[in-house]
Amino acid sequence: DDEDEKLTRFPVMRVDFSEVKVPLIIAIWLVTACIAKMIFHHIPHLLEMFPDSSLLIMFGLIVGIILNVLHVDKSTFNLDNEVFMLYLLPPLVFDAGYFMPARQFFDNLGSILTFAMIGTTFNIVAIALSLYAVSLTGLFSVEVNVVELLLFGSVAGDVDPVAVIVIFEELGVNDVLFISVFGESLLNDGVSVLFYNIFKAFVEIGPENIITQDVVNGFFAYFIVCFGGLAIGLIFAAISAFLTRFTKDIDILNPVYVLVIPYMAFLVAEALSLSSIIAAVFCGAAMKMYVKENMPERSASATAYLIKVLSLSSETVIFLFLGLSTVSSDHHWDSSFIVLTVVFCFVYRALAVVVLCQILNKFRVQKYSKVDQFILAYGGLRGAIAYGLAVALPNFPAKPMFVTCTIIIIYFTVFLQGLTLKPIAQFLQVEKKNEHEPTMTECIYQELIDATMSGMEDIAGQKGHNWIRENFKSFNNNYIKRILINKEAQRNMDKTKIVRLYRRLQLQDAQNLVKVSGDLSKNQVFVDALLQHTKTRGSRGNTLYSSRVSFSPHDTMEQHGIVDYDIDRSPTRSIERTRSDPLSNARVEIRLSNGQHIV
Amino acid sequence: MGNNSSLMLRDEEIDVITNETEFNRNQIVRLYSRFLSLDKKGQGFLEREDLMNVPELAVNPLGDRIVDAFFTLSGDELESEKRLNFRQFVRVLAFFQPIDRTKKNSLNGRKDKLKFAFIMYDLNKNGCITREEFKVILNSMVGANITTDQLDKIADRTIEEADVDHDGRISFQEFCKAMEKTDIEEKMSIRFLN
Repeated sequence: DDEDEKLTRFPVMRVDFSEVKVPLIIAIWLVTACIAKMIFHHIPHLLEMFPDSSLLIMFGLIVGIILNVLHVDKSTFNLDNEVFMLYLLPPLVFDAGYFMPARQFFDNLGSILTFAMIGTTFNIVAIALSLYAVSLTGLFSVEVNVVELLLFGSVAGDVDPVAVIVIFEELGVNDVLFISVFGESLLNDGVSVLFYNIFKAFVEIGPENIITQDVVNGFFAYFIVCFGGLAIGLIFAAISAFLTRFTKDIDILNPVYVLVIPYMAFLVAEALSLSSIIAAVFCGAAMKMYVKENMPERSASATAYLIKVLSLSSETVIFLFLGLSTVSSDHHWDSSFIVLTVVFCFVYRALAVVVLCQILNKFRVQKYSKVDQFILAYGGLRGAIAYGLAVALPNFPAKPMFVTCTIIIIYFTVFLQGLTLKPIAQFLQVEKKNEHEPTMTECIYQELIDATMSGMEDIAGQKGHNWIRENFKSFNNNYIKRILINKEAQRNMDKTKIVRLYRRLQLQDAQNLVKVSGDLSKNQVFVDALLQHTKTRGSRGNTLYSSRVSFSPHDTMEQHGIVDYDIDRSPTRSIERTRSDPLSNARVEIRLSNGQHIV
Repeated sequence: MGNNSSLMLRDEEIDVITNETEFNRNQIVRLYSRFLSLDKKGQGFLEREDLMNVPELAVNPLGDRIVDAFFTLSGDELESEKRLNFRQFVRVLAFFQPIDRTKKNSLNGRKDKLKFAFIMYDLNKNGCITREEFKVILNSMVGANITTDQLDKIADRTIEEADVDHDGRISFQEFCKAMEKTDIEEKMSIRFLN
């Protein structure tokens, strides 16, 4: 257009939005979403009742209605499936993988796989076939065939990691419960991707043309999708870890590797029709232990923070757009279809959970109680991925009905289940997550117990989890870590968690000293330094005496290699020490100049 | 089962063990065949070397401590009698059964599991873990990668955390208190196969 308009006069200022339109709109939506979130945080009590996700959807819904009334073009606020799948989803799943409690995941892997594969398959098939049975009665307003319904089942039947992360995080339930639902939601992507692709292809081939060969291919594809995704994730994790090995002098590159390479894993898996979610999650989980050793402290914390920022933004935008898209999608309301689908979703999920738990409890050490089972069933949330899949369905007559139904299910899940899950969990007194930082004691005894249990399993001749874990640990330490972690870090690397935890706690103590916080008598760095000083002073006989001691926490911190960005004040503390007993293992009484009194 | 008739497990014995330990019949039979495979000399009881011969235990940093604790807990008070018959073998393993909250079980409660862990530290069996004993264990677990100075500091810090009455040693009560937030029931349980 600019070419056509000939300039007659030189304009002082020109307005041309078309150039920046797309990025500007994205930026505006992102900021809007964040402002919305901010507003919610400032309204008292609101967040106690409603989870973030539900508020965002409502906000999006209101904005969508306003825009619709203003006749704004629907395409500006419709959530494009491609945008969702390729840009919004990856940060979320990568964050989930990177911060996943790996130990609980592997301890419960059997159960998680059972739920993810068998449970999900059952849900999809049961929902689809039940709907088919009902459709034969002609109850639905639109014609559907069984293949389309199976496709719909794969959209509506699986638990969504986005919703689970968002809602369960606020819940704070114990790790085993969380990891069971969360792990299931991640791994069932393999199943749902597979079913989705299979039935989408079948719909396109046309149900009449399907031959046995197609079905058999589908069966094998099941395993390829899951293991392929896993393999891709691991390969890219190895690449990423290997690259970070050489970034010693240019550690600013580390976040790039850590963030971009898993993204590549996601995209490559997507291109190969494998499970991209599994790829991204396992890339993050596998990469973490090697990459963390290769990065200096500030790189690691910057990366972690960045991951969190990206995933939070994604999540906010996703839910906002879910609300918006409710208005902008093509709808077809069919009450009976919607009601039946919701009912079937609930019923079959409950059924699957109960039956599978009965079977699993025979093999589990820590069994799923009735309360656990209820939370597992009720916590089977559907979310944004379902919407993305629904919108991406090929255009057959029933599509609008499916899309509407999917949206209603999501609303149901986020609002009904999301809102009530917390009060119900409190009412049922579900075990909460252990929020505390492990003490040295716990860490050491944990290692001790691991080694002990491994030994006990050896004596008893049973190869259980402990055996697997300890063997993996030694394999990891002796081979994998040698390749993926840089030489210098290897030399300093503490092969056990104990020393790492010790360092971390010392760091905290030193930081507390500078910030003048916490109970000094429990501050080990302080006490150590004091005792050091006591030793060098030597004994002075039996008389009581007092002396003034000055010591600077700044030096101690440097000793521990801490970089504190706001050290412009390095307070020196003067201490009055009185010795109440000349014997070396007696108590030392300390009176600080700021009034604190320690024994 | 062995040729020697005195080695075969009699039904009455199985019943006694079932009552004592809550293992079921199949589990006991399985453990018995394990016992026999460990008892290479066919003596009808196990000695320290028999257990130490388990290959994985040799590379376990706490291998000899585990065997030691096994014999200590088997109930033999006498120093000289370092033998483990099948019943004692099963009794010790019963400590690691998963805790079934519905059944009142005397052998595998939380306290008993913690007792096993405690005994592994308490080398001279005086009911208290001293700083020196602690350092020995720490050394075998962390060992190669740190200096003695760091080892001392870690040991000091840990004792400091748990030592409520400041006597420089950790008693069983202090140990239990320090572990109260840990899920011992799950971590110190083995799934015994039928």
